[in-house]
Amino acid sequence: MRPAAVQQDTDRTDAPTRAERFSALAQQHGALVTLLVAMVAASLSFDTFLTGDNLENMALSSAFLAVVALGMTFVIVTGGIDLSVGSLFALGGVLAAWGSQYGTAVALLLPLAVCGLIGVVNGLLIARSGLAPFIVTLAAMLGARGILLAITDEGSRTYLVDKDSFFATLGQGSLLGIGVPIWITVALFVLGAVVLRLTRFGQYVYAVGGNEDAAALMGAPVARTKIAVYALSGLCAGLAGALNAAWLVSGVTILGSGMELEAISAVVIGGTLLSGGFGFVSGSLVGVLLLKVIQNVINQIGSLDSAYQQVVSGAFLAVVVVAQTWLGRRRRVL
Amino acid sequence: MTDLTLTRGQVDRERLLRLLQEYGVYGGVVVLLVFNFVFTSNFVSAENFRTQAVQVAPVLIVALGMALAIGTEGVDLSVGSVMALSTSLLSLYLGYGPWMAMLMAVVGGIVIGLANGSLVAFLGVQPIVATLALMVAGRGIALVLLPQLEDVRDPSMASLGSGDVLGIPYLVLIAAALALLVAFVVRRTTFGRQLLAVGDSRPAARLAGLPVRRVLIVVYACSGALAAVAGILATARLTASDPTSLGNLMELSAITAVVVGGTPLSGGRVRIGGTVAGAVLIQLLTTTLVKHDLQPSWTQMAQAVVIIAAVYAARERGKR
Repeated sequence: MRPAAVQQDTDRTDAPTRAERFSALAQQHGALVTLLVAMVAASLSFDTFLTGDNLENMALSSAFLAVVALGMTFVIVTGGIDLSVGSLFALGGVLAAWGSQYGTAVALLLPLAVCGLIGVVNGLLIARSGLAPFIVTLAAMLGARGILLAITDEGSRTYLVDKDSFFATLGQGSLLGIGVPIWITVALFVLGAVVLRLTRFGQYVYAVGGNEDAAALMGAPVARTKIAVYALSGLCAGLAGALNAAWLVSGVTILGSGMELEAISAVVIGGTLLSGGFGFVSGSLVGVLLLKVIQNVINQIGSLDSAYQQVVSGAFLAVVVVAQTWLGRRRRVL
Repeated sequence: MTDLTLTRGQVDRERLLRLLQEYGVYGGVVVLLVFNFVFTSNFVSAENFRTQAVQVAPVLIVALGMALAIGTEGVDLSVGSVMALSTSLLSLYLGYGPWMAMLMAVVGGIVIGLANGSLVAFLGVQPIVATLALMVAGRGIALVLLPQLEDVRDPSMASLGSGDVLGIPYLVLIAAALALLVAFVVRRTTFGRQLLAVGDSRPAARLAGLPVRRVLIVVYACSGALAAVAGILATARLTASDPTSLGNLMELSAITAVVVGGTPLSGGRVRIGGTVAGAVLIQLLTTTLVKHDLQPSWTQMAQAVVIIAAVYAARERGKR
C-alpha cells in the first residue's frame, strides 16, 4: 500500500508502541524464527536431519527455487505477480541442455535470452497496455509451455548434457565442499539485496509498488521499472532452469509446473507483501528454506507421503498470509 | 479520453471496439464453425458435435463459478483441486450409493469454497492468495483420501457419464441447466445485484449496507460447489477417479473462458452467455488445431494469444 519510506511512519513524532514494534518484528523476522524452530525440532526428532548429506541435498534442491523466488520478489514488491516462472524454468532447462552441445556460453546465454525476452514481453503488456499481471503471465505460462513442447517433439525428446563439460560442473561441481549452484545462489541473493536496497532502481521498485501514481508524480520511470522486474523474473527463472539442467545433466521437460506457486509462497512467507511496496530478498531465501525443511521433515516421517506435504504447505501459506494481513491491519489501525 | 467532444470517426471507432468486445467471442465461434464446416473433414457429424459438447461441459460448469468470483473482482484458483477432491470423495462414498457419494462430493467442494470465502471476506486475504493456498492444500487432501487412480464401476455413474435424452448427453443438459440457473441468479435476483455491486466497488457496497461478507462467502461456496459438480461429471465420463491429474490446469481454462467471454477482471459485470461462448470457442480452437494435425504445443500457444487478445480488447473499453 505504502512506499517503504512511509512504512517507518516518518510523519509521526512519538516513538512506536511496543505492539507496533512487535508486529513489525514479527513481519520481518517471523519466517526466520519459524525456520530456526523447525530446524531445531527436526534435528531433535530425526538423527538423519543434521547430517552433511541431508543438509547438502536440501540446500541444493532449495537453490533452484531460490533463484526463481529472487526474481519473483522484485515482481511482487512492485505489486505484480509472475505466473510464468514455472514454464520458463522448464523452458530454460531444455534450451540449456540443447545449447550445451555448442558450449557453456550457448548453454547459458540461450535460456537467458529467450526467458528474458518473454519476461520483457510480459512487462511491456503489463506496463504499456495496462493489462492485469496475473492474466498476462498466465498467458505467458501457456505460451512458454507451448514453445517447450514444440522444441521437444511434444515432450517426447530429452536433451542430455555432456557429463564432462564445463557446463555440467556448474550444476554438479563443488567448491570447498559446497555445491556450485549454492554458491551461485548465495551470490545472486547478495547482488539482489544490494540492488533492491541500495540502488536507485531498487527505490523505484518500492515506489512503484507503494503507490504507482505517486511514483509517477515523483518522476520514477514506472513503465520501465515494471518491464525491468518482469525481465528480471524471466532471467532468474531461465537461469534457475539452466542450472537445474546442469545439475540433472538433462533438459527437464516435465519439471517446473507448480513452481510459480512455490515461489510465490516462499516470497510471501518471507514477509513480502502481495499488495506491493514492502519486502526483502533475504526473507524470500528464508521462505524457500522453510518450505524445503517442512518438505524434508514430512519425507522423513516415513508413513506420511507427499500428499501431506501439499496439505501442510497450503495450510502453512494460509496461516502466514492471515498473520501478515492481521499484522498489517494492526499497524494501520494504530 | 480527455476530450469530451468526439468527432464522428472517433465515435464510430469506439462503437466498433465496444461491439467487438461485446460480441467478438460469438463472432469467433461462428468463424471457427464456418472454417471447420468448409475445411475440416469429418467435422459435420452428430457424433462429433456430441463429443465436442461433452468435452466442453465440465469446463463450462467450472467457468460459471469462476465468472461469479471474477464478478466480485476475485478469482478462484482452487477449482482444479476441488475437482480432484470431489472425485476422491465420490469414490470413497460410492459404497453408500451414488446419491450419497455425489452429495458428499458437493459438500466437499462447498467446504473448500467456504474456506476460500472466509479467508477473503473475514480475514481480508487477497482472493488469488487465499485460493492459491486452498489449491495446494485441496489437491493434497484429495490425494490423502484417495492416493491413486481407482475405477468407478457403479452402473448409475456410468450412465450419467454416457447416457442421453433424445440424443443430448446428460452432461450437456446439466451444463446448460446450470448456465441458465447462474444467468438467472445474476440477472434477476437480489443476490445477483449485490454480487455485481460488491464487484463494482466493495467500499461503496459496504456503505450502501449490502451484506458484503455474506455475498463473498456465498460466491466462493458456489464456485466450489460447481467445481465439485464438474468433478463428478468428469469422473462419470471417465468411469475412473484420478485425483492426481483430474482438474489439472482447469483454473486456467475456466479463467480463459470467462475472460474471453467478455467478463472484465475488474469485476462488477458478469456475462454468462459470453462465458458459454468462451468455453465453446476454446474447445473449437483446440479441435480445429488438432484436426489439422497441429500439435498440442500450438494449441497452447494459440490459447495464450487468444487470452491476450481478449484482455487487450477489454482494455479499450475500460480505459475510456
